[in-house]
Amino acid sequence: MYALTLIPAGTKIDFIGQRWVTYLVSGVITVASLALLFINGLAFGVDFTGGTVVELRFAQAPDLPALRAALPAGAQVQAFGGPEDLLIRLPAGQGVEALRAVVDGASPGAEWRRTEVVGPQVGGELIRKGAYAVVFTLLGILAYIWVRFEWQFGLATLAATAHDVVAMLGLFALTGWEFSLASVAAILLVAGYSVNDTVVVFDRIREEMRRYRKMPLPELSNIAVNQTLSRTIMTSLTTILALAALWAFGGPVIAGFVNALLFGVAVGTYSSVFVAAPVLLLLLPARAQEQ
Amino acid sequence: MVTTPRWHVISVLLIALWGLAYATPNVLPALRGLPGPLPHKTVNLGLDLRGGAYLLYEVDIDALVAERAQMAATDVQKALREAGLSGASAKATPGGVEVDAGKAGRGGAVTRAVRGLGLGLEWASETKGSEKIFYRFSKSAVTEMTDTAMARSIEIVRRRVDEVGTTEPSIQRQGERRILLQVPGTSADDLKRVVGQTAKLGFHLVEDGGSVRALRLPMADDPEMTIPVARRAMVTGDMLVGARGVVDPQTQEPVVSFRLNGSGAKRFCQVTRANVGTPFAIVLDGTVVSAPVIRSAICAGSGQIEGGFTLQEAADLALLLRAGALPAPMQVVEERSVGPSLGADSVRAGAVAGALGLALVLFFMAVVYGAFGLMACAALLVNIALIFAILSALQATLTLPGIAGIVLTIGMAVDANVLVFERIREERRAGRSWLSAVDEGYRQSVSTITDANLTTLLAAIILFSFGTGPIKGFAVTLGIGIVTSVFTALGATRLMVVAWARARRGEPKKGGHRRPQNPLPGP
Repeated sequence: MYALTLIPAGTKIDFIGQRWVTYLVSGVITVASLALLFINGLAFGVDFTGGTVVELRFAQAPDLPALRAALPAGAQVQAFGGPEDLLIRLPAGQGVEALRAVVDGASPGAEWRRTEVVGPQVGGELIRKGAYAVVFTLLGILAYIWVRFEWQFGLATLAATAHDVVAMLGLFALTGWEFSLASVAAILLVAGYSVNDTVVVFDRIREEMRRYRKMPLPELSNIAVNQTLSRTIMTSLTTILALAALWAFGGPVIAGFVNALLFGVAVGTYSSVFVAAPVLLLLLPARAQEQ
Repeated sequence: MVTTPRWHVISVLLIALWGLAYATPNVLPALRGLPGPLPHKTVNLGLDLRGGAYLLYEVDIDALVAERAQMAATDVQKALREAGLSGASAKATPGGVEVDAGKAGRGGAVTRAVRGLGLGLEWASETKGSEKIFYRFSKSAVTEMTDTAMARSIEIVRRRVDEVGTTEPSIQRQGERRILLQVPGTSADDLKRVVGQTAKLGFHLVEDGGSVRALRLPMADDPEMTIPVARRAMVTGDMLVGARGVVDPQTQEPVVSFRLNGSGAKRFCQVTRANVGTPFAIVLDGTVVSAPVIRSAICAGSGQIEGGFTLQEAADLALLLRAGALPAPMQVVEERSVGPSLGADSVRAGAVAGALGLALVLFFMAVVYGAFGLMACAALLVNIALIFAILSALQATLTLPGIAGIVLTIGMAVDANVLVFERIREERRAGRSWLSAVDEGYRQSVSTITDANLTTLLAAIILFSFGTGPIKGFAVTLGIGIVTSVFTALGATRLMVVAWARARRGEPKKGGHRRPQNPLPGP
């Protein structure tokens, strides 16, 4: 019936035995991400800082140095897609009107493909909303898992998910990718995805705990992780395949969003295997070993 | 033993058929003319996909309150005089009225007079001996002013946008003081020209330069130069009953010609008759457009405004005057506009990425899970049809991030199937028959699938409530995608898998003599 087996039956990778290694790796990822956040900070996009972004398509590739010189101070010019396409950013307080004269002078007939102007006040509100959204999602997930499982499972899920959120923020700090509303959406989605993955593993741990009432928890967790491994990998692969299609053909407007999601799905898969179960083991009381 | 109730089979089939039928108008334009409950609705494309403008305005309620305070101060002054409180005077503060009682010990009488006006002014504070008493508009009075002004602003904005002749504008109040305007197929610049301007028109007599009561207003064509005008307008914009941008046949200059209503015409006639030979100022939003000299009494009830306009400016101003003035100034706090070509590019990119993503996932599932994989693929196609059917039925807006949400759903939708298939595989290894393995596989997976998807749904709901515009579109498709994925996995795929397993009921359990028709790779 099954044409292909990704993970051979009876695979026993000792995830839990290696957990000190993964504690270290996850710890380094988390600390490095926080340090990067602290040192580099996030390159907040116009959604949050306020300001103007304009996407232009010129009739032919524009004379960049001349254009740069003509633009008001603080303007940033960035290639976007083809050689005729440019993205121009202006700091808050400068309207599109100033830009219009310059662009029309440099290259009349340029097409204004996209304009975004965000007032500084709205930007502040969007930051607050974005932060609330992430925090509420994490708390909601904690509460849900707590109700459906035990508090240890809820905390371990929260730890794994928070790990992913921090790692994604770290990626944004490291690469200097623009952090926009779409980035917040990507983070929330990865949080949802990561929890999804973690819940599958935890569900199996719970099931095996009922089945083997005496088995030591590390051994039991290992069995559960190995049993769900093919599903974990299969789902990540199909999701990454779909994302790869978006990455290749989705166009520059959502490229940043897709990049963040690709990284996030990878981290989310890692954390459900290497963070969630080991943290759960730290929290659960050890089973009494009866002979 | 697996039993599938008949109602289960029928409802799954009905829902799947509904999805397929109601998704088709999106690919078959011929169906779009169908009436009533027949499938004819299509997905509503967001502004980022069809091109259009998104403008968020903030209404300056503080300015409105200050203006009301100015009017209230005049009324309070009158009330104080009528109450016999000679020597008392009132002046406006930004949020209310300040009364100088003139003499100590009159606090009670002043407050009674102010309260009697019913303007919503409440006592706020006073100096010792109540020589100066401060009143401010009560919270409920401000709320009422705000609500009235917002409703009126939306009404005026709607009239103006309708006058431009754009289709399907969406105008909503957002929060306490904001108006969100979304108009497909226009650029933000075209909209801003006619939407943002307060368009408060007044004809004021020009006063003597030395007058202290005069208001000095800048000229429109030369802001350095100011003109002293009377505080009170003799005619205001709300007395206009018609306005058109026309070319003056004598001067060949674009002008705005207007007609006044009865009371406006009468007043204009009286004032112009009494002031022949003096100039009057045509004031628009605090600047003087022009200041012609009154040559004779104007009693025809019509006239024209000259101001060195271009034809476009004259037409825009006429439109604004016809639609009426906004009760308070508005500022753009957020503006997003997308040109039609970028929108079309995005639709194309989304379609290509979606089709490719779908093909990859279908191929991969078929390769890994064989016949089961093909069943999951069929279910995935139903799933996508359902997403489009629901989006069309709800008339939800599909945005570019929304397309990304669908592509992502394609990748994640198979998860529930994968969970079940892997479980069935395990149960087979444990030596169960196909039917029993399938039964056990679904039984064990349902709670996992529910838990896993509810948490993602939670993220989608939170995203929906916090997000704006395109991001909301992403949350919508993600949320719908989660629900339809669970339905297709536990409904559609299950029917197929169970039917398949039933057909193999007669086959011996694994571990009996192995037959080549059973292609399961053994452990």
